[in-house]
Amino acid sequence: MTALASRSGRSTPADTRRRLVVIGNGMAGARAVEEILARGGAVQHRITMFGDEPYGNYNRIMLSHVLSGEEDAGGIFLNSLDWYRENDITLHAGVRVEKIDRFAKLVFSDDGRATPYDVLIIATGSRSFMPAVEGLYTPGGRLLPGVFAFRTIDDTRGMVSYAQEDHHRRAVVIGGGLLGLEAARGLQSHGIGVDVVHSGGHLMNAQMGPDGGAVLRRSVEALGIRVHTSSRTTAILGGDKVRGVQLRDAPDIACDMVVVAAGIRPNVEVAVTSGLPVERAIVVDDHMRVPDEDEIYAVGECVQHRGEVYGLVAPLWEQAAVLADHVTGANPKATYLGSRTATKLKVAGVDVASMGLQAPERDTDEHVVFSEPSRGVFKSIVIRDSKIVGATLLGDSRKVAYLTQAFDRGLPLPEERVSLLFDLGGPGEEDGVAELDGDAQVCNCNGVSKQAITDTVKGGCTTLSGVMDATRAGKGCGSCKLLVRQVVEWAADGAVDEDPAAAYYVPGVPLEKAALMAAIREQGLRSVSAVFAALAPGGAEDAKSKMGLASLLKMMWAGEYIDERDARFVNDRVHANIQRDGTFSVVPQMKGGVTSPEQLRRIADVADKYNIPMVKLTGGQRIDLLGVPKEDLPKVWADLEMPSGYAYGKSFRTVKTCVGQEFCRFGTGDSTKLGIEIESRFQGIESPAKLKLAVSGCPRNCAESLVKDVGVVAVDGGRWEIYVGGAAGAHIRKGDLLATVDDPETVTLLAGRFMQYYRERANWLERTYAFVPRVGIEHLRAVIVDDAEGLAAQLDAAMQESVDAYVDPWNEGNDPFTPGQFRTSLPLEVLPQVPVR
Amino acid sequence: MSAGLPGGGLDGSGLSGGGLHVLGPVDQIPVGEGRAYGVGGEQIAVFRLRDGSLRAVSAVCPHKGGPIADGTIDGSVVMCPLHQHAFELQTGCSTTGTGPLRSYPVFADESQNVVVLLP
Ligand SMILES: Cc1cc2nc3c(=O)[nH]c(=O)nc-3n(C[C@H](O)[C@H](O)[C@H](O)COP(=O)(O)OP(=O)(O)OC[C@H]3O[C@@H](n4cnc5c(N)ncnc54)[C@H](O)[C@@H]3O)c2cc1C
Ligand code: SF4
Ligand code: FES
Repeated sequence: MTALASRSGRSTPADTRRRLVVIGNGMAGARAVEEILARGGAVQHRITMFGDEPYGNYNRIMLSHVLSGEEDAGGIFLNSLDWYRENDITLHAGVRVEKIDRFAKLVFSDDGRATPYDVLIIATGSRSFMPAVEGLYTPGGRLLPGVFAFRTIDDTRGMVSYAQEDHHRRAVVIGGGLLGLEAARGLQSHGIGVDVVHSGGHLMNAQMGPDGGAVLRRSVEALGIRVHTSSRTTAILGGDKVRGVQLRDAPDIACDMVVVAAGIRPNVEVAVTSGLPVERAIVVDDHMRVPDEDEIYAVGECVQHRGEVYGLVAPLWEQAAVLADHVTGANPKATYLGSRTATKLKVAGVDVASMGLQAPERDTDEHVVFSEPSRGVFKSIVIRDSKIVGATLLGDSRKVAYLTQAFDRGLPLPEERVSLLFDLGGPGEEDGVAELDGDAQVCNCNGVSKQAITDTVKGGCTTLSGVMDATRAGKGCGSCKLLVRQVVEWAADGAVDEDPAAAYYVPGVPLEKAALMAAIREQGLRSVSAVFAALAPGGAEDAKSKMGLASLLKMMWAGEYIDERDARFVNDRVHANIQRDGTFSVVPQMKGGVTSPEQLRRIADVADKYNIPMVKLTGGQRIDLLGVPKEDLPKVWADLEMPSGYAYGKSFRTVKTCVGQEFCRFGTGDSTKLGIEIESRFQGIESPAKLKLAVSGCPRNCAESLVKDVGVVAVDGGRWEIYVGGAAGAHIRKGDLLATVDDPETVTLLAGRFMQYYRERANWLERTYAFVPRVGIEHLRAVIVDDAEGLAAQLDAAMQESVDAYVDPWNEGNDPFTPGQFRTSLPLEVLPQVPVR
Repeated sequence: MSAGLPGGGLDGSGLSGGGLHVLGPVDQIPVGEGRAYGVGGEQIAVFRLRDGSLRAVSAVCPHKGGPIADGTIDGSVVMCPLHQHAFELQTGCSTTGTGPLRSYPVFADESQNVVVLLP
């Protein structure tokens, strides 16, 4: 509608619309323009925007995700360049405004342009505050190489590429607030070890008190981030590039990178030079207008309203709406009265919510506290005159919706205060949602209100995923997903359609796993194409579903499976792991991590002969030959004369062992022998996701058995404990004890039975760490150990069938399965290079 | 590295660039898979769909240079093996928001050879 309006405006011979100029193309500037357009403002205004970043406008909040690699920089744009074009907005990207002439009504930019305005909006945001630390800058006045701020896409990209340079291993983050912790977590995902240096007495001291900070610290340290509180950085060491930091009262920390996240400062230079009122930031009134300037507005982080400067997005959404009401005349009475900031975030993977006071201030204030540091949970509520005046929640955000409302609107509280912290029949979450105002923001990342969600549901979109797609709610940091679901449920009056596709085993075949398996068995479908033909809508193939179906069919039919190679992922087509430059990595089998001089010699010879760029030990106790071109794979396998170690597939991979009884002084069981037996038996079997196992010879657990899909630990008295569902990757979980048994044979039997049950019941790509808690360890014990459902014999037989059908895939090297199976798919000139050591 | 890439461009027969290029027998490409060819100095991935028809697109993923011929396909898209960006086989357009691949007309002639047309 607005696009049309503006076009018809343009076609009139002289454009009589008012010239609206916006300085700053960030979250507030763009939001203000969106709000203006939504009020039909394009009919009245010809819009020009200046932004000194050379891009369209993007979601700054998502930079943490870009840093961690979860999101592509391209994926966080809020408005593409097309949006500016469609709405007839002139965007000067990469252009900085230097001065405003309020009398001539002109803005001067660094490209030499003078742009006239009738209405001006200043939305220059803020920048990272750089504390006075020695050595931060080069003599030329630039940041020392290796020092980064964390504010823009360019900062983030710079950090990522620096972190990925191989000799860069350690970083120090200055600042233990929200941003610093996000930066620390993000850097970790690039394999960088991180120290956080924080001058405050505890982490996130702007949002929480010392007790919450202590719990947060534990959670953060559990992630492997070192924390130094009450600690001030006095100098950056290096000279030509970062080599460390010097602290005031502690030894130096050596590092390759420094990220400064020590707070922000509003960008007020333009306003100051142009004679506008600036205190801590640009002063505005309740109409978002600069005092005494009828035609100049300001919005966002560069603004000071009633003494407050905000550093979160929620307030600027409210400001933008008021500003638009005035600029367009849609509601001349609209006023902005300030925001009560409730922070509700996921910081470094930990749910954090905080609002109002951190601690009681008066003798009569009540303080309700619950703390469970071992689980990273901390909840504290400050109550005054039976109203919530402050709350901090860490690690458990289930009551956030209700508490935020109670805080915002002063709702009456239950007698039994403890029900504010837990669901004890107190005000339920639904009540909380019903109480929410329509314009209350549900998703802060994408600025989606309760009303917007309700409207979408009323418009006929009644699945959670449908609403999320339509509104983008919950698609930011994800911490509001639960609340989004609650609002959808409330708006649909309970008539929420479960998104059926969420339960499908694979997206292209509309059946859950059990129903799919039943149909496959009934109709005798033995190949992936047969499944599509019989069960997919219109018989259509679906690329995303092929690999999952291939795995399922192989598990179900073992030797009778009809193997169509196009259904496999390339790794499984060439039995090696594809790398970022299109070459492959080869990991020969090394059962239980045991090898021989003869094998090592052969591996070394192969590495020489084929110019293998990197030979590396894997986390699973094997040797990885990296950088093998596809066409060399058959020759490499032939010369190795070792079976495949399955480092590529969704399959059983490896059994890590410790030395155990034979050599170790402490060993009480022969872990190496058992590990080799287990690996020999289950090599190569398909599963919904990879399976990594370990056997340790005593509870010292040198093979790290407690964090494996199946982990075995020898305990005193010749007995063995079997743990399942452990993980030590992106997700960390200690396995649950399935059983303690008397002999290694029973270990192998129960491990096999568990894996078969997992193969039959787990969703595609569901690791055991998700599967085990989902079905429950008691249930697993009943089925697998006690045979409560009479399934044991069947599970054992099915596993035996898969074991019997095993063939070493590397034999295909001599006898390719398909024409050109090992022909290169790389371009002539190898494109992206991975570093060669 | 180029040794494994047969096709018009490399063996000298088609270095001229534009026009029709014969890449050899269709059954060099297994059903449902793709193979890469160097043709007239360009890298082209040719896919043989399960319905028997052929599709040809550029062989290098615009996202981060992934080998498109190693991708998984269905009747309409190919998914790059590196980061799972998907591209329409017919047009080369990405369905996941990255840049497009080029697409080329391709067919099997009467002696069952793959023929691509380069602009
Ligand atoms: C990594 C990170 C994570 C964050 N996470 C959260 C979060 O989870 N939740 C939350 O609520 N908030 C978060 N924030 C804060 C949030 O991003 C800001 O509150 C918000 O971006 C402020 O919007 P703004 O438009 O006022 O400023 P900005 O988004 O900074 O936009 C201002 C723009 O104006 C440009 N500019 C400045 N001066 C000029 C000039 N003279 N001429 C032309 N252009 C100029 C700037 O370069 C910038 O592009 C986060 C911030 C960062 C950096
Ligand atoms: S409310 Fe939505 S936007 Fe927010 S912090 Fe949450 S997930 Fe991110
Ligand atoms: S290189 Fe193809 S998807 Fe990334």
